[in-house]
Amino acid sequence: MSVLIYAENQNGKFPKSALEAVSYGAEVAAMMGTDAVAITCGSISGDGGLGNAGAGKVWVANAPSSDSQAMSKLIVAAAAQAGANVIIFSHDVAGKMIAPRVAARLDAGLVPGATALPSTDFVVRKNVFSGKAIADVAIHTANKVITVLPNSLGVKNTSSTAAVETFAFDAGASRITVKEVKSENKDGEVPLPEAELVVSAGRGMKGPEHWGPIEELAKVLGATTACSRPVADIGWRPHHEHVGQTGVTIRPNLYIAVGISGAIQHLAGVNGSKTIVVINKDPEAPFFKAADYGIVGDAFEVLPKIIEAAKTFKAAH
Amino acid sequence: MKILVCISKAPDTTSKIAFTDGGSKFDENGVQYIVNPYDEWYALVRALELKETIGGTVTILSVGGSDYEPIIRKALAIGADEAVRIDAAESDSLYVAKQIAAYANGKGFDIIFCGKETINYNGSIVPGMVAELLDLPFVSLAIKLNMNGATATIEREVAGGEEVIEVSTPFVVSAAKGMAEQRIPNMRGIMAARTKPLEVVPAAAADAATSVKSYSLPPAKSGCKYIDAENAGSLIQLLHEEAKAI
Repeated sequence: MSVLIYAENQNGKFPKSALEAVSYGAEVAAMMGTDAVAITCGSISGDGGLGNAGAGKVWVANAPSSDSQAMSKLIVAAAAQAGANVIIFSHDVAGKMIAPRVAARLDAGLVPGATALPSTDFVVRKNVFSGKAIADVAIHTANKVITVLPNSLGVKNTSSTAAVETFAFDAGASRITVKEVKSENKDGEVPLPEAELVVSAGRGMKGPEHWGPIEELAKVLGATTACSRPVADIGWRPHHEHVGQTGVTIRPNLYIAVGISGAIQHLAGVNGSKTIVVINKDPEAPFFKAADYGIVGDAFEVLPKIIEAAKTFKAAH
Repeated sequence: MKILVCISKAPDTTSKIAFTDGGSKFDENGVQYIVNPYDEWYALVRALELKETIGGTVTILSVGGSDYEPIIRKALAIGADEAVRIDAAESDSLYVAKQIAAYANGKGFDIIFCGKETINYNGSIVPGMVAELLDLPFVSLAIKLNMNGATATIEREVAGGEEVIEVSTPFVVSAAKGMAEQRIPNMRGIMAARTKPLEVVPAAAADAATSVKSYSLPPAKSGCKYIDAENAGSLIQLLHEEAKAI
């Protein structure tokens, strides 16, 4: 008996979402009185920090992580060897690709995007209706799969180190061929789904040439930039910056929205943010209803004041 | 090219979200249902574009009760050729995936299209489950798809960017934004949809693997604290000391 966690290795590093999944799995294992085994692919240095996140053991396999079919076989084989009937993934790109296959193979109930630890009888909390409501979902099957919503539960550091072992696995021929990988993130910038601080702007900026203060504020705060759908659709900003119902869903600690009115579809992508700041010259903008802090005013007058204060703050801290 | 498009219904994005029966049931009072946007705008429309350029048929598949029929007729009006409704309650993802797989098994579909997720359950899990049950490759979060004979070139979202992959039919794909543009059905399409075949098939034997015990609404925001624009710089101090966000 144990809990198995899939940790996605991104070029030798584990993103926060992977560490959160391991930490979640370790807590589930503790609740069940068993141990947590993490499995990953590719090469890692030491235990990659997975022991610190709670894994007792780390298995490293050689498998094509872009091929969901091969990955499903790998996870099912690892679960059998670990005697795991609970399998945890992050609700990220990899989790969405592999977890459903594993659940179908093991005839397991799957709760996608958990926002809390399961109860002892495996009732798991998740967001539904694009964050407008919460559901408590019971898993009825002996095997259980859970994907953990990024930025929901954080990582509990244990200061332990995990034993690293090679997990022998032959994936066979892949039916998917990767031709090209395009990276969108600027060097050093945290990708949007993982960002803790986000500065976002919309049509209120009046044109792509006016993005300077948005980028400057983001830079001073160490935040990632984002935008609303109309702005991405008309090509002022790249599509991968679009947050909202049809774009990226984010749950940062701080979301600063400048010149975004706050349509319901935009809110659906950001309403998990812990603190929301809205800057808009229209006092009737619906976004103020969802905000923690609001400033009614012209962005081009307000932003320089905030940037100045942020610089002073950063210099002092 | 024989294409299957799985569609689900979802409440209109502007619907008021409320629950009845002590939080155990979604309050459908006054709720307008639409075709789940990811299923319609991206999966169905791209399937139709493929049919128009390389020929073939597009079949709609839904798992649900008779209340699904307006949704299915809308998909037919947009241009699908025929539809199948599996007469079963959509209780849980694995159950729905088993229904879809049981229907599609052995029918020779080249591509099974799904939307990336529904906007009400936000699971993103049925397409992958269908692929596993049918032992097919699965390409998730696809934003572009082009066919060259039996080989598809697909661009999909991966962590921090995009990946271009090749896969041969048959396969399952989940469609995200970028795949196609929304189409509004015209009057001819709406008229034609009335007489297109809609087959109702009984559910395959399967159990639900999960169930929703209760729904609740997220705690309301305590209200917006306004900061005078002249004094906008004080926001930083509030974010540090009060919100502890920076």
